[in-house]
Amino acid sequence: MFKLLDGSQTLGRGPTFWSCFLVVLAAALIYPVFADSYDVGNFSYFLIWIFMALGLCLMWGYGGMLSFGQTLFFGISGYAYGVLAINMGGGSATIAALILSIIIAMIAAGILGYFMIWGGINGIFFGIVTLSATLVLAFFLGQTAGPEWHIGPARLNGYNGMKGMDPLAIGDFYIEGSSLYYLMVALIVIVYLALRMLVNSRIGNVIVATRENPQRAEMLGYDVRKYQLLTFIIGSGLAGLSGALYTSWGQFITPSSIGLPAAAMPIVWVAFSGRSDLTATLVGSFLLLFGFQTITVYSQQAALVLMGGLLLATVMLAPQGFVLGIGKFVADRWSARRRHGSKRALADTSRLQPEET
Amino acid sequence: MALIDVKGVTKRFGGLTAVSEVDLTVNVGEVHCLIGPNGAGKSTLFKLIVGLYPPTRGTILFDSIDITEERPFARVQRGMSIKMQAPSVFKELPVRQNIQIALQKRFSGAKRVVEEDRLLALLNLAPDSSKLAGALSHGQQQWLEIGMALALQPQLLLLDEPTAGMSPEETFRTGELIKSLNAEGMTVLVVEHDMAFVRQIAQRVTVLHLGKIFARGSLEAIIQDEKVAEIYLGKTHVH
Repeated sequence: MFKLLDGSQTLGRGPTFWSCFLVVLAAALIYPVFADSYDVGNFSYFLIWIFMALGLCLMWGYGGMLSFGQTLFFGISGYAYGVLAINMGGGSATIAALILSIIIAMIAAGILGYFMIWGGINGIFFGIVTLSATLVLAFFLGQTAGPEWHIGPARLNGYNGMKGMDPLAIGDFYIEGSSLYYLMVALIVIVYLALRMLVNSRIGNVIVATRENPQRAEMLGYDVRKYQLLTFIIGSGLAGLSGALYTSWGQFITPSSIGLPAAAMPIVWVAFSGRSDLTATLVGSFLLLFGFQTITVYSQQAALVLMGGLLLATVMLAPQGFVLGIGKFVADRWSARRRHGSKRALADTSRLQPEET
Repeated sequence: MALIDVKGVTKRFGGLTAVSEVDLTVNVGEVHCLIGPNGAGKSTLFKLIVGLYPPTRGTILFDSIDITEERPFARVQRGMSIKMQAPSVFKELPVRQNIQIALQKRFSGAKRVVEEDRLLALLNLAPDSSKLAGALSHGQQQWLEIGMALALQPQLLLLDEPTAGMSPEETFRTGELIKSLNAEGMTVLVVEHDMAFVRQIAQRVTVLHLGKIFARGSLEAIIQDEKVAEIYLGKTHVH
């Protein structure tokens, strides 16, 4: 089963890659020891969005489905967490609220995905329909400011935002600060490794085959619609995980997290990083989120303009993604050096052979 | 016994009737060629059989089961395997992975690797197994697609102009491959207009003209049919 971690659908293989992976993981684990609690909280915030980016990478890069609906499922799950956490009470019930809100997002993705995929919607129209659904939810939630819009004691509250839900907790122990950070790191490691195994499995083979040539994949006996729906549900479910964690982190969610500017962000992260590889998406998204947050402190408008500029630069200069391109360049140089090194070693060895007499 | 039984199938595209009231039977264990001049409706009939088009009227039976409403993947699961006219492979994936995707339903682990190697050797693609499929020549892509179709070990192999773009040597080898598969019991339906190739492989031939069945019979009978010669290539070309 662990062989699937090193399959052909993912870049980064072998001892060198996994050694680097362990070094980065170790650095992430000891980071809270050296950083102050404000920075740890900020890091937790960046990590929240990684799940959404990985989900889009799976759908778009591996499955060929450009979904503009990541913030739709982010919003569904985020609001669901709020409603459930308020109605079910705090404490350990928040864990159940987290799981249920992700399931709700996945069910919503299943319903929308079924009608789109079985209805034959693909290509650019897939993006248009998912964007439309996202905007419908954002507009709907935007007009829920009145007191009549509530589910139990949970008021939706329009653009003022839903608040009052408890953060994740186990009993009386609130998962905040360093513990939330460690939870995020653990979840990212699990999701990243699980996605690597998925895309390198037989199912992953069919997912990429469907991206490449759906008719040929169908003519090999695969019902490609089921594989597309599965991909859409998993990718959207990961956006749901981001949404529920976001609401839990800030104890607050508004329709602004769903609308057009927010919906475009995952596309920028994944396009810039390199949509066809999970590792590139993980690294690139983190770097962009870090950069975006740093610039936002000075000017939010400047950060948004930078994001737009990066998307344009990606399309014009590196359609496969900057991080992926740099990663491939480094990997090629590394393997070329190793080949060169082994040739020299071979030549040295042959020089050491005693001459025949 | 009929493996494929097309009964009174008609296909209209708006005002154009591409295939009209066609009956076609492909018996178990035969190599059946479907021929006809350009625009005869051969490829449309092929797409109706594989499920890419729904017929306007008529029924299609596979092994006595009505498959008229079934999608292509369901027909493949019943035992059909399909090679389209233009090479249809996964161009951005390596050659070996193309074969692997076709094989993975039936084999796993070491057995799959052995079968991959056998097919790659059969297709003369072993040296190119790590290349992207899109980097292969046109003829090699045709062979790769034939290999993917064979990987399913079908009861019925459906080939739409399998030798288009191949050299004479490759065409001859393809013919010999089809004959050897047929000798092992595979039923084959080939849409083709290269008469030399048809002569090499066909046991029975159906001629389509203007969307209708024009003639059918043994290869010898069709070759000697002067009306077929007239509509197909001109009197002097069939022999």
